[in-house]
Amino acid sequence: MKLTCLSSGSGYQFPPCHILEDVCGFRILLDCPLDLSALSVFSPVPPDNDFVSDGKASYNSARDCFAKEQEIQKRQKIETPLHAKDLIHDELWYKTVKNLHLWDPSSIDVVLISSVMGMLGLPFLTRAEGFSAKIYVTDAAARLARLMMEDLIAMNMEYQYFYGPRESGGPHWMRWEELELLRPELKKVVVGKDGTELGGWLPLYSSADVMDCMRKVQTLKYAETACYNGTLVLQPFSSGSEIGSCNWTIDGPKRNITWLSCSIFASAHAMNFDYGALRGRDLVLYSDKQFLPLMDEVQSNDASSTIPSNDLSSLRCCSADKDDWKKLTESLLSTDEILEKEKMDFICSCILQSVQAGGSVVIPYNRLGILLQLLEMIPVLLESLAADVPIYVISSMAAELLAFTNVIPEWASKPRQEKAYLFGLSIPSSKFELHFEVSKVSSSFWMFLQMFSGEPMFSHVDFVNKRKLHVFSAIHSPELLTTWQEPCIIFAPHWSLRLGPVVHLLRRWSGDENSLLILEDGVDPDIALLPFKPLEMKVLQCSFLPERRLPKVDCMLKLLQPKILVLPDDLKEKLDFSNPSLDSFSVLYYTEGETLSLPSSPEGTLDLEIASVLAERFAWQNLGRQDVMYTRLEGELVMEQGKFRLLPGITSADSHPSKNKEMKSDAG
Amino acid sequence: GFSYPDTDLDLDLLQSVTVQPPAPTISLLNSWLPPSPVMGIECLVLGAGQEIGKSCVVVTINGKRIMFDCGMHLGHSDDERYPDFSLIDGSLDCVVITHFHLDHIGALPYFTEVIGYNGPIYMTYPTKALAPLMLEDFLRISVGRGVEEKFTADDISACMKKVTPIDLKQNIQVGKDLQIRAYYAGHVLGAAMVYAKVGDASMVYTGDYNMTPDRHLGAAQIDPLELDLVITESTYATTVRDSKHASERKFLKAVHDCVVAGGKVLIPTFALGRAQELFILLEDYWERMNLKVPIYFSSGLTRQANIYYKTLMSWTNQKIKDTIALQNAFNFKHGTTCSLHFSVDNFCWCRNVNCVVSFDRSQINAPGSCVLFASPGMLSGGLSLEVFKQWAPSKVNLVMLPGHCVAGTIGHKLASGKLTKLYVDNNSQIEIRCKNVNLSFSAHTDSKGIMDLLKFLSPKHVMLVHGEKPRMSILKNKIESGMGIKCYDPPNGGVVKIPSVTVHVKAQTTDSFAKSCQSPNFSLSRCSTSGAVFSTDLTSPLIVSEDRISEAILFMDRSKARGVHKEELELIGSGEGKPQVVLYGHCFPIRSDNLTKATGRLGLSGNRSWLKVLALELSHLFPQTNVQNMGDFLQVGSFQLSVCLNQSCTRRSSDVPGVHATTCTYLCCSWCMEDEKLALAIISSVRNSL
Repeated sequence: MKLTCLSSGSGYQFPPCHILEDVCGFRILLDCPLDLSALSVFSPVPPDNDFVSDGKASYNSARDCFAKEQEIQKRQKIETPLHAKDLIHDELWYKTVKNLHLWDPSSIDVVLISSVMGMLGLPFLTRAEGFSAKIYVTDAAARLARLMMEDLIAMNMEYQYFYGPRESGGPHWMRWEELELLRPELKKVVVGKDGTELGGWLPLYSSADVMDCMRKVQTLKYAETACYNGTLVLQPFSSGSEIGSCNWTIDGPKRNITWLSCSIFASAHAMNFDYGALRGRDLVLYSDKQFLPLMDEVQSNDASSTIPSNDLSSLRCCSADKDDWKKLTESLLSTDEILEKEKMDFICSCILQSVQAGGSVVIPYNRLGILLQLLEMIPVLLESLAADVPIYVISSMAAELLAFTNVIPEWASKPRQEKAYLFGLSIPSSKFELHFEVSKVSSSFWMFLQMFSGEPMFSHVDFVNKRKLHVFSAIHSPELLTTWQEPCIIFAPHWSLRLGPVVHLLRRWSGDENSLLILEDGVDPDIALLPFKPLEMKVLQCSFLPERRLPKVDCMLKLLQPKILVLPDDLKEKLDFSNPSLDSFSVLYYTEGETLSLPSSPEGTLDLEIASVLAERFAWQNLGRQDVMYTRLEGELVMEQGKFRLLPGITSADSHPSKNKEMKSDAG
Repeated sequence: GFSYPDTDLDLDLLQSVTVQPPAPTISLLNSWLPPSPVMGIECLVLGAGQEIGKSCVVVTINGKRIMFDCGMHLGHSDDERYPDFSLIDGSLDCVVITHFHLDHIGALPYFTEVIGYNGPIYMTYPTKALAPLMLEDFLRISVGRGVEEKFTADDISACMKKVTPIDLKQNIQVGKDLQIRAYYAGHVLGAAMVYAKVGDASMVYTGDYNMTPDRHLGAAQIDPLELDLVITESTYATTVRDSKHASERKFLKAVHDCVVAGGKVLIPTFALGRAQELFILLEDYWERMNLKVPIYFSSGLTRQANIYYKTLMSWTNQKIKDTIALQNAFNFKHGTTCSLHFSVDNFCWCRNVNCVVSFDRSQINAPGSCVLFASPGMLSGGLSLEVFKQWAPSKVNLVMLPGHCVAGTIGHKLASGKLTKLYVDNNSQIEIRCKNVNLSFSAHTDSKGIMDLLKFLSPKHVMLVHGEKPRMSILKNKIESGMGIKCYDPPNGGVVKIPSVTVHVKAQTTDSFAKSCQSPNFSLSRCSTSGAVFSTDLTSPLIVSEDRISEAILFMDRSKARGVHKEELELIGSGEGKPQVVLYGHCFPIRSDNLTKATGRLGLSGNRSWLKVLALELSHLFPQTNVQNMGDFLQVGSFQLSVCLNQSCTRRSSDVPGVHATTCTYLCCSWCMEDEKLALAIISSVRNSL
């Protein structure tokens, strides 16, 4: 079995991408993401406003002009700080995983998707000629991914209108002479460190591609079993990082594999990390790089006050004993919660400050969970301050997304689920028999929900109802224009700051020093903010992911008890496996772009199940010594649910009665 | 070069030299073969045996005990109401509830809070959400009647807190051995069929199910499974129902005729399930016929149920899921195509609760026609009876009974046409003049559906519950004669034992065994009618036989079985030509540069020096063993290791990790079964250290 790491990814929005070869003879692609952070090399707006004022210039000639201007600038090669003019002024192209296009799509047998973000590049693959792999993804992730893809297409449309029909022969910036002129910071993004990534750029897929992709996908619930070709038993288990995101187990006759993607022990909105189910696999592929930057933090402020000290000590002295299992998991859960809560509180306080100063807040959301949590926390805070600040959510899919989050108790965290299970005890309903007249009056369903303690899982519906939260499909929708009020708090895509309503909003407020932009980790703020310079507004960049400290990783690995652990090579220095309690397994490191052979199980033995009906009629022979016997086997070897089974064969028993008989007489 | 002491001993030789072996050691086999008789499945019927009500079956599968459903019998008010839990011998591993109807969940609070069951309880998400509503409503009605129940409202909420909600098709591991999985049953929202598996024995408990899709629910769905037992409901054991359209047309016509004539229609119904189904039907009709007559809904239960129908939309049928496009939930104005109006946007809302109630009381006798859904069903009390008393004296009004009414209720009397007068209180009575229609909108499968499911699953045994005794025995005969499946219909307290037949015994095998047994190995032969296997008679038919398996042998050593391909093993003959010892082999690569480096350190070179280094290494790693260097090979007990130069060595492992053929040296090993552990330890340590 071989592992090729196509991309080690960067953070939540660009998960790693791997190919596992020869898993019982099959080739498995793990995730198919899009590197949306690479969009930052484009400029969403013309470099200076004078240019736009010349309204008569056609769009196509506008593009030529940009190009010319850029060229002049670049030819001079002045060593000045990066300027908005250095960015590429053209229709957006999208960067797929490098080298994935070098693999023959028809050679892939199975695609496993771990999260919504891991699916965004899938339509590129599914439309490829000869692609026939089975794609497995959780039900919720598939639905969310469809929304995300359609939103991307809708936002991208704006550029297509602006730049007109696509030019033939590829965009101008892809020509070598143009690439040579690119500033090194941007060139690194476009062609990669070693100059091999240019082939990964593609224009965005169409709605038809997305539809086609969704048709080819097989959706599963958490812990549902899918069996590929009778050989591989595949199961997704909740990873806690997002609604529908999962870790996969791949069980075959030779190998049991756990693919551990970004996992969070205690999630505020999604179902918790189900690590218990992942135990007992002999190979753990750890593709989660999220805790990397945090490692340094652990070393530098180990004694930081963020975690109660007793928690850390309990983590340190943890052992895999069964008695400690509960204690261990409790401590694993608790720290995540505390940290996430603190972080959210800090963000909220920043938002309040700027709103009170009369500024507006733009939040280009990325993780659904963060959006949901902020949508719950902010209105409450505003209410407590009696501030009349509207909250807008502007996105083509926002309404559907928010509605969707309230109809999926199966994917939500335990406390959310409990909210949905209202016990009717509080209502002496026999006293007030209520009568609803059915008519076409479109009235307040949300009030209706609220009145009967029929609390929705996520309280954003309450705020929509109270007209505190407004959901609009587009920034130019007439409803938005009539309710528009500043200062306000706006949630809108896209976090790359190159697409969607965010671009317009930033242009409006970039000069306002009281306004605030909240960026998630994962974008390079220097390049991302370039088109909006000079920038007066405050920018808060923060990582929303809970930090996983080293002891946690240690403990988790101890719980999973793998025989072989496969880690990204970045962790080589950072994880110390000299700890005597951890040496029960061997550790391998993989490097981006390289293929790593994974050893077969040392015993080289497989399990074989023999039908007892068959076993009973074997003609046993002794082999000299009393305790060794042998028999010639019969029947049919089949592969069922990832297991070799020897079943009474139909052919040998029925079509050759005479031969069978003779064999027996031979033997006995 | 290196050669084995005895080579090329093939299977035929093995056969020939062991013509008359000593009798096999029976004890060795006995510990390997499954115990006889096998454990199998044992069912204890605590309720719904040859009756309908208090469904409860305790099933023991290979020692693991599961209770399916924990219902109460609404037809009894004494101890008969609950299943006789004292019959359970020993502890339960889990309880699984199929759906929220009282005859399936009614006794659960009693069982957990009063009897004291403390183990895991599983039910689907909608069942967990809706069950407390049903239970509380039941308790309220009992309190209203002055009946004291065996559990309290607190017991209900305490009990529900212990429930683990599950999703459809999700594999739930209960303990180490028991696995359960729920499938869509379509009977009511959240109804499930439950698959349970322990070891090789598996079964399905259907609960109540419906094989035809509804307006609001889909049809039951289950995977093809290999089952020892199916326990199925048999409410309609002999009935084959008409097409649903006929009864729907009848329903709509009756309602239409009444409202057009200015009458009022009363539909007494329980809040969950039928109400939604009929409402969707009526709503569609209203829209089609452009009727403006108001439809009222009246029930605290319905209200909340509707919320759940909304939240749990993914459990309804595909059509509703599709038509309620999610974006409409926020954008009501465009939501006109959605058929689940009752839960989304069509309630005229009045915030002042008291005002609504008083308004309603006057509305009962307000002029004009209307349709009212009122609870409870069967006119057994509450608002539906109160409204009935007001509306019954008028000829133009209609009472629509959309289901079976239990004997003793006013609904039952009305349906059977025996009701002409009704006492309103002790001294006044009313004449019943209104029309009434009784239609069966049942969400149970009919006899055809049961047979279809059984044909699809084709289990080895069938057990019938939840039906009427005479009809069940007719169905039982039909199943046994028609399908050849053994069928049981035990009464309450009865026990059914089923031997499990799909048992496997465990053995170990190797990669090359699997490979050679999976690749085709055809042989052609002509089979003569005279009985000789190989014949030159050209008139006899040509037989293609495929004997891949018979090239393999199964060895048994100290009750450990191991399947090997004939090329993988060697036999070392003893004096009399009888093989004494079986040798297993493995040939694996190590990186030669590492080995050369190690020998270089000792100032040696050549193959023999490699063995010296390995010998040193091994005696260091396994100090308690005696490592002998025999020149050509190393020997530790029966374990032998040598450098293998044979490129086509049959023992060579196919999976070569981390080393390229050019830079590696193969080491060939062989060992007896008795030294297997040692051999594997040596191999893995040699691999790791070099």
